[in-house]
Amino acid sequence: MDAARPPILEVRGLRKSFGHSEVLRGIDLAVAPQEMVFIIGPSGSGKSTLLRCCNRLEEPTSGAVHLGGVDLMAPSTDINAMRRKIGMVFQSFNLYPHMTALGNVTLALRKVAARSRTDAETLGMAALDRVGLAAKAKSYPGELSGGQQQRVAIARALALEPTVMLFDEPTSALDPELVGSVLAVMRELKAAGMTMLVVSHEMRFARDAADRVIFMDHGVIVEEGAPDQIFAKPREARTRAFIAGLTRS
Amino acid sequence: MNDWSRFVEAFFKSNLIEQYLPSILQGVVTTIEIALAVVVTGLAFGLALAVVRSFEIRPLNVLIIILVDILRALPPLVIVLIVYFGLPNVGVSIPSFAVLWLVLSLVLAAFAEEIFWAGILSVPKGQWEAARSTGLSFLGTLGYIVLPQAVRLTVPPITNRTVAITKNTALGTVIGVPEILNQATTAQSFSGNATPLMMGALAYIILFIPVVALGRYLETRFAWRRN
Repeated sequence: MDAARPPILEVRGLRKSFGHSEVLRGIDLAVAPQEMVFIIGPSGSGKSTLLRCCNRLEEPTSGAVHLGGVDLMAPSTDINAMRRKIGMVFQSFNLYPHMTALGNVTLALRKVAARSRTDAETLGMAALDRVGLAAKAKSYPGELSGGQQQRVAIARALALEPTVMLFDEPTSALDPELVGSVLAVMRELKAAGMTMLVVSHEMRFARDAADRVIFMDHGVIVEEGAPDQIFAKPREARTRAFIAGLTRS
Repeated sequence: MNDWSRFVEAFFKSNLIEQYLPSILQGVVTTIEIALAVVVTGLAFGLALAVVRSFEIRPLNVLIIILVDILRALPPLVIVLIVYFGLPNVGVSIPSFAVLWLVLSLVLAAFAEEIFWAGILSVPKGQWEAARSTGLSFLGTLGYIVLPQAVRLTVPPITNRTVAITKNTALGTVIGVPEILNQATTAQSFSGNATPLMMGALAYIILFIPVVALGRYLETRFAWRRN
């Protein structure tokens, strides 16, 4: 990583256990501003848990998480205030079914950022416009396709103007023909300089959009590097086996 | 006298209808008053208990579960009698109207708590996570995201239970609350005829059929498109 760009998101010595099983066994990770980092690995490798520890949806057992120099684990840190700066997009969208697309996007603006309704709706419409769904502002999630729902979910995170966005398998629940629209939005975000940490199985997308790829297995980072290196010339045997398995299937 | 006129004489005697209509109507007013009071306080208290329970404070939850299970296990009539005839012996005497309101509110609250709690649990975890990830607090998430969905899911069972409990206002008759049944039985014993009881039955039907219909309407109205 470029020494001139101090990391915006930094994870040190992160460990997480569920009962007796340790799913994260000492993770160190630094993400630079505007960087797009992909985390890949077999299921159960701990990649989603790592992502969820970054905004403390999952409480780390030990270790440190810093965002923009603020210690997220410190008791004095207002985690709700910090979460506004960490947008999160989920595999199953998790839109609020009882609210319109615009309602979904503006709720946190109004209730967390304390914006007026007019302000929130202006910002919300801008966010929906950015994901190409301004025309669907009045639609309920049940009336939207999976791809549209996921783009609304991205707009919901985007509206709060986060400094980093976490994507937890954002296309895994989508029909193949809807994946492209979501990836196009992510590509646009990358072009606009958004910092992104992405857990995904979209290897082709990782290969041409990511700045860096991290391979995880059994709760540790096995290997990381530029996408070309990881996919074409992996150094570690486990990475090689994983990549080979992907191309076989 | 043929069978038909004997039947009319026993259940629909016209001069008795005229004579007792005012007192039955008075009973209707009393029943409506108690029923409304019970619905408001019972549902509010039940919802409050479910909200407290969602904080997952173990000793508090154990207490709520014990209270709720006892209230659901006991026949409401037993509680009404114990409170009305028992409490004066320890120096607490509560007017009969208040006893009925209090007991039925507690019983409705107990059932409502269980229904609301089941509703809260049935809202997917992802809804909590999405809301919390935008910085919304626990209470904000509960209030804006979880409860609106939980309450919609619970409209049909809550309506059924509410109708069932409010019908129990008839229990007021054993402690002298002048509601419909009390007025009817009083009139029946004065007149020696079942006509006032029939009037009471009709009054219940007229009163509760719209409530049942409203429940059915709410069931469809509160559904929203899911995927």
